[in-house]
Amino acid sequence: MSIPKNYRWRKFVDQVMRGSTVVATGCAVIPLIAIIGYVLTLGASALSTQFFTDVYQPPNMAQAAADGSTPAFDPNDPFAGIGAPTDGTAPVDGAAAPEADVYAGGPVGGVLHGIIGTLIITGMGLLFALPIGIFAGIYLSEYRNERYATIVRFCCDVLSGSPSIVAGVVIYILVVIRSQQFSAIAGSLALMILMIPIVTRTTEEMLKLVPESMREAARGLGAPTWYSTFTVIIPAALPGIVTGVMLAFARGAGETAPLILTVLGSNMISTDLFAPMASLPLLAYRYTESPYPGENTLAWGAAFVLMMLVLVMNILVRVATRRRAGASR
Amino acid sequence: MSSMTISQLAPFYGARQAVKAVDMQIATQEITAIIGPSGCGKSTVLRCLNRMHETILGASAKGTVLLNDEDIYGVNVDATLIRRRVGMVFQQPVAFRTRNIYENVAAGLRLQGMSHKSELDQAVEEALQSAVLWDEVKDVLSKPGTALSGGQQQRLAIARALAIKPDVLLLDEPCSALDPIATANIEELLVQLKTTLTIVIVTHSMQQAARISDQTAVFMVDTTSGNPIGELVEKSSTSSVFTNPSDPRTESYISGRVG
Repeated sequence: MSIPKNYRWRKFVDQVMRGSTVVATGCAVIPLIAIIGYVLTLGASALSTQFFTDVYQPPNMAQAAADGSTPAFDPNDPFAGIGAPTDGTAPVDGAAAPEADVYAGGPVGGVLHGIIGTLIITGMGLLFALPIGIFAGIYLSEYRNERYATIVRFCCDVLSGSPSIVAGVVIYILVVIRSQQFSAIAGSLALMILMIPIVTRTTEEMLKLVPESMREAARGLGAPTWYSTFTVIIPAALPGIVTGVMLAFARGAGETAPLILTVLGSNMISTDLFAPMASLPLLAYRYTESPYPGENTLAWGAAFVLMMLVLVMNILVRVATRRRAGASR
Repeated sequence: MSSMTISQLAPFYGARQAVKAVDMQIATQEITAIIGPSGCGKSTVLRCLNRMHETILGASAKGTVLLNDEDIYGVNVDATLIRRRVGMVFQQPVAFRTRNIYENVAAGLRLQGMSHKSELDQAVEEALQSAVLWDEVKDVLSKPGTALSGGQQQRLAIARALAIKPDVLLLDEPCSALDPIATANIEELLVQLKTTLTIVIVTHSMQQAARISDQTAVFMVDTTSGNPIGELVEKSSTSSVFTNPSDPRTESYISGRVG
């Protein structure tokens, strides 16, 4: 058997091609692993009981607590100790810690207010988005009128591809300005806008994966479309729909830009839906900018908790739906 | 139990007529087989008999189909109610995922609002008995329907259709996805069922039609006009169709020269 003329060349090209796919995959994976690894290591070091049970503490107050000295925080003068004289004279407002210690300090306070806020804001956004998204998905898959469906699908895709700040601006103009109030509910509405297309499209895709024969069989029993959709088709597609819902939750939980314009943020635990509220991504954003190293560490911690929150929610819901869908296997 | 009278039934896909107008009588306590080559519209005609045809996007039908004396294409007739009286079994065995065997059979009953446990138990058992599946599944009723074999799933589908006590049972090539033994089981079952039920079966197997049916309708494709269109060429007792066909096209089809 003779070796074809360009055999060596073809073999060379094949190896170059294969090599470049490996290199490209590596380039794609390295930043991913680096980010996760970085957040895990730096974030985990911020964790402590206090991190989960405490809220924001002004750095000077935390320092005072660490020294065993009287906390300098005075509700009537919240800026006490910050910007205190550095020329050797004693701080005016009692036992405020020296500035140098504040800048060297470890993590101060915790992010409990952020955890609670994120759960409330994202959870409520999901609550708004779920019925709309799921029913829209059902319409697109089960009741479609092709012309409307194409328009709706296109809008969904544009919306899920558009920058999230757009949702923030829209709610800022429609809700925040009119109500003259930053509020948790405005944040939930902004997140709802971002979640709806995700829930709609995954619901549609998952319903379409259910074989047509199952719809026919239900129809053949004399079941109206709504009945077969809710008792036969949706149960069969449930695990996939849940995945879409979790994707939407993860997207919403991580959004920062729309929240800056809507919930503003808060340093305290707040459950008032009509008032500003804290949230983990906002804390991560603000603490990263902070001049205090302790707060920078908190930012890593907040990012870490955010990741874990999404991960744990994901696992829990998957386990729960697998048990329910388990009867199908 | 009901007879069906089909007159001038013309199924359409969009503007295209799929089958030339059909006139046919379907008698009670008999199995009527519909045979013919692919594309002759035999499934389409069958699906017109319980208004499943129109569930396909753009599909419609003209003509009348009398179920006893009532036109199922009448003005104020609800198609879903017709489908409860004219049940259907499909080519692919369908077990509802996420439902166990019991709930698969109970699906139609629950749809009709039956909710008493004892009533349901009895109806489910009856349906499984008449589908000759009861002895195989009575101890595993809580197992998922998809755990059954193909042949069992097809009998499960028949049980589900029988549970709501239809007058007529339509079967669209119910054995084409099954092995010979499962096919024999289903055929035996159908022959038992015909004493209490009107049965119409579409089959691509002439042997099957010859084995189980009393009446046979032969459909062919007419390509003379350029647009292929299905056509009922002959309908009479099975023995006369297979031994003494009146139409030359039937003769060449059953003798294997075409189709």
